[in-house]
Amino acid sequence: MQARRIVVTGIGALTPIGNNVETYWNNLINGVSGADMITQFDASKFKTRFACEIKGFDPTEFMDRKEARKLDRFAQIALVASDQAVLDAGITKENVDHDRVGVIFASGIGGLTTFTEEVTNFVNGDGTPRFNPFFIPKMILDIAAGQISMKHGFRGPNYAVVSACASSTNAIISAMDNLKLGKADIIITGGSEAVIGIAGMGGFNAMKAMSERNDDPKTASRPYDKDRDGFVMGEASGVLVLEELEHAIRRGAKIYCEVVGGGATADAYHLTAPHPEGLGAKNVMNAALRDAGMQANEIDYINTHGTSTPLGDIAEAKAIIDVFGEHAYNLNISATKSMTGHCLGAAGVIEAIACIQTVIHDIIPPTINHFTDDPDLDPRLNFTFNKAEKRVVNAALSNTFGFGGHNACVIVKKYKA
Amino acid sequence: MPRKQKPFTMSEIAIRVKKIIVDKLGVDEAEVTNEASFTNDLGADSLDTVELIMEFEKEFNISIPDEQAETITTVGQAVAYLEEHAK
Repeated sequence: MQARRIVVTGIGALTPIGNNVETYWNNLINGVSGADMITQFDASKFKTRFACEIKGFDPTEFMDRKEARKLDRFAQIALVASDQAVLDAGITKENVDHDRVGVIFASGIGGLTTFTEEVTNFVNGDGTPRFNPFFIPKMILDIAAGQISMKHGFRGPNYAVVSACASSTNAIISAMDNLKLGKADIIITGGSEAVIGIAGMGGFNAMKAMSERNDDPKTASRPYDKDRDGFVMGEASGVLVLEELEHAIRRGAKIYCEVVGGGATADAYHLTAPHPEGLGAKNVMNAALRDAGMQANEIDYINTHGTSTPLGDIAEAKAIIDVFGEHAYNLNISATKSMTGHCLGAAGVIEAIACIQTVIHDIIPPTINHFTDDPDLDPRLNFTFNKAEKRVVNAALSNTFGFGGHNACVIVKKYKA
Repeated sequence: MPRKQKPFTMSEIAIRVKKIIVDKLGVDEAEVTNEASFTNDLGADSLDTVELIMEFEKEFNISIPDEQAETITTVGQAVAYLEEHAK
């Protein structure tokens, strides 16, 4: 039996640099930073007072106030981005069997802000528990998948995937595997994250993981620059409609690209630090290439995890040289987190969307904010610094790594019948 | 000890109850009649009803025992209960 092929037929995105796919992509190739001072809470006493927030998002433009109130921000943006993707894919009640449409959706953390608010209320009270009945169904991480299914009546496989900052890449891989095994015809996948609040910022600050460049937020996310000092928090939701190829052809869907392979590995090394030689990163890229049945030299572009942390950026660069050998120097590489910040559980999908756009448009988005070369990085690697480059991209690979040592990687390719 | 004077008039309570219902259930004020049932007429589910009771408790600074809460299913019943119990 020939393996089922999986294609992308719909895309949606809410990001710090655009509230739809088109704006997001235009800002990516124009090198626009999404960083600015935090507006969602008073961060004046926090070590980091800036982040890459989604701009101008008012949930009541998309749902009634009563519904919005029962959803954490991470679920609100998940619903809006998935509406975009479903509309883009042209899925209607008539042209698709809704029992065969699944939702496999990620978040790294879920409704942390809701959790914070509810517990704060309790702590400030007299000890009588007065928790809101919507507290739990608002906070739990799987609720985005549930909400998307309820909104559209999708009754196929439905669950959440969690692997910290690799979460939405793992979700895409799970969706792909389910489709390959014939468990559904279409799966809505991706992820959502919105933890720019006291707990999210305070928690990551305590780990010394985030940049503290408060005097210049827009240049703070500078992957591969010698003076990088940590990641910049971002928030986003990205959604892909993955569909089995024959099904897509039968209903006349437009096909953006093919998703050809996915890999998942663990570092089995440390809570938060990457393996110093990038062992898990190397293994995961090899696993994805094997899954795709491709040779390393068939890849044209890598969207790296590249978070702008001192250790992580170096380990990943080493792993790329290990996997790709001499071809590493022919690749275009970029870290779009230089523009979007690190959107944690949503990072994988919005970077997969960037990869999809590169195979559609043959343009490589840059790694912005490069000022000083890092002597610990091989100067022959092309990180596409500061300016987009034109290049025919037949296949692109996206890496994401999560606290806990999770590594996940997907490969997308130009669709050819 | 002198009897504590009630700070709210009866209609004030009804106005505040209705405002909470309009806010939490996202319904038109005109629908919030005394006879309207939270679940049958105003579209509340079981969690909405629990939240409404909590909001009444917060607004009027009282505690409504569960067995009493279960008997409050219409706007009129809520107003009557709160008129009697609001401090």
